[in-house]
Amino acid sequence: MYAGTADRATGSEPSMPEGPMVDLHGVDVTFESKARTVHALSAIDLTIERGEFLTIAGPSGCGKSTLLRVVAGLTATAAGEVALRGTPVVGPRRDVGFVFQRAALLDWRNARDNILFQAEMRGLPKVWARRRADELIEMTGLTGFEKAMPFELSGGMQQRVSLCRALLHEPDVLLMDEPFGALDALTRENMNVELRRIWEATGMTVVLVTHSVAEAVYLASRAVVMGPRPGRIIEEFTVGIPGHREYEPTLENPEFHRIAGRIRELLGSTATAD
Amino acid sequence: MTQQAEQAPPTPRARTPKPSGGTRGRGAQSPYTLAYPLAFLALLLVAWFLVTLGGLVAPYILPSPVDTWKAFTDNAAYLWTHTLVTTMETVVGFVIAAVVGVLVAVFMVYSPTLERTFYPLILFAQVIPKIAIAPLFVVWLGFGASPKILVAVLMAFFPVVISGISGLRSVDPELLELTSTMGASRLKTFWKVRFPAALPELLSGLKIAATLAVTGAVVGEFVGANSGLGYVILQANGNIDTAMLFAALIIMSALGVLLFAIIHVAEMFLIPWHASHRNRG
Repeated sequence: MYAGTADRATGSEPSMPEGPMVDLHGVDVTFESKARTVHALSAIDLTIERGEFLTIAGPSGCGKSTLLRVVAGLTATAAGEVALRGTPVVGPRRDVGFVFQRAALLDWRNARDNILFQAEMRGLPKVWARRRADELIEMTGLTGFEKAMPFELSGGMQQRVSLCRALLHEPDVLLMDEPFGALDALTRENMNVELRRIWEATGMTVVLVTHSVAEAVYLASRAVVMGPRPGRIIEEFTVGIPGHREYEPTLENPEFHRIAGRIRELLGSTATAD
Repeated sequence: MTQQAEQAPPTPRARTPKPSGGTRGRGAQSPYTLAYPLAFLALLLVAWFLVTLGGLVAPYILPSPVDTWKAFTDNAAYLWTHTLVTTMETVVGFVIAAVVGVLVAVFMVYSPTLERTFYPLILFAQVIPKIAIAPLFVVWLGFGASPKILVAVLMAFFPVVISGISGLRSVDPELLELTSTMGASRLKTFWKVRFPAALPELLSGLKIAATLAVTGAVVGEFVGANSGLGYVILQANGNIDTAMLFAALIIMSALGVLLFAIIHVAEMFLIPWHASHRNRG
């Protein structure tokens, strides 16, 4: 029942093909305006395995958001191949969950109904969707805020609602575009810890774009660093800090220091970033 | 809104108190407190009374409040009949303008070609002085209610279209991208996202449209009518019955204010979530 409903949710074939979750080959993206052509992404090769937490770090304008949008089918490519779960991406994909930097909630719906919006638009069974929403509300610490309207919620709480909405239909991959970029430092740390905990508990595939080095390393099982003009992948790191990651100890881990230091160097050589 | 949500699916936590922001009881403190405008109105009435008291101004120029009140009471039935006529023309004109205006806005938002084609024409129709084309409508449609309704429609139409277009465009583009990953039809996206997002601006436009519809109906009556408040004013003017003229004017303003108020109340139910209707501290 559960799996069957999830299939209906994502519109996927019953038998899931094995292989990487996301596969990009020689992907180019260009934005044309009257004045000039901007090369947003150039010759991107990237494979994301199932269950990976991949973070993409880079300075502003390096095309990291564009890369995420390409995976979701929100931005068209000029060249190259993009595949998600083995099927080519040719338009907006239904088997993803997307979280933007701004929560982008419906102002006229309370937190719970904003989460259920995902189910309504997909026409998922109501009873199932409500149970799933309640699970997510509990998992993300929104209990007690179900009836709150977006304007009554803090930025962090709004982003939790947005995260629940993105997870409601049990997507194969969660795509997050600087999801905590607009939050204050402390809230951001808390959200990082919770997101990591959720990932550890569920083992889903997450791709998260950020310009924070600490966020990129703390969360990632693998971190990719991009450079600008044209947007390309400069280097990637496997973050070998196994198991559960407490926040403070992880930040003091030598592996964290080594990778974070190296990423800072890379970003410093391409542009100034934090 | 809160009551509505309470009826929604029963869940174990349905009655958990809201920890943030507290409960925001609506209507507890209306921004339209009537005390101030009423006090000012009373002041105006007193000033009006004093000016007319000593015979400073001839009654045919400025009738006293008492004379005006007498004009009301002596001609209550007559005024009521004509008020009903104008009200009918106004409301029918407003409703037509609202429905057609919203439809036109929707089509123009979804089709750039339609917008390019019709926007200049709508603007052209707007800048023509309505009072100048009203006689034409009488020629075309006769002396019945239809030419008045048509003028009311023309007056009220423009703010509905403009506010509708701008409201429908005000939707968060990221929200639209999100719905594209949900595989929902355009119709569903319209009803669940675009239309609710457009409501605040649309309702502002409807408020303006309601007051303009009254003007439109009366302008239509000025040109050729044997009933309605515009007709009453022309008659009173011919008889130099200024008190009656004042009475008709007051009814007209009341009609406009009433329509405005109805939409304002509708707003409190339709968009309680919007910044303009949250309780102001």
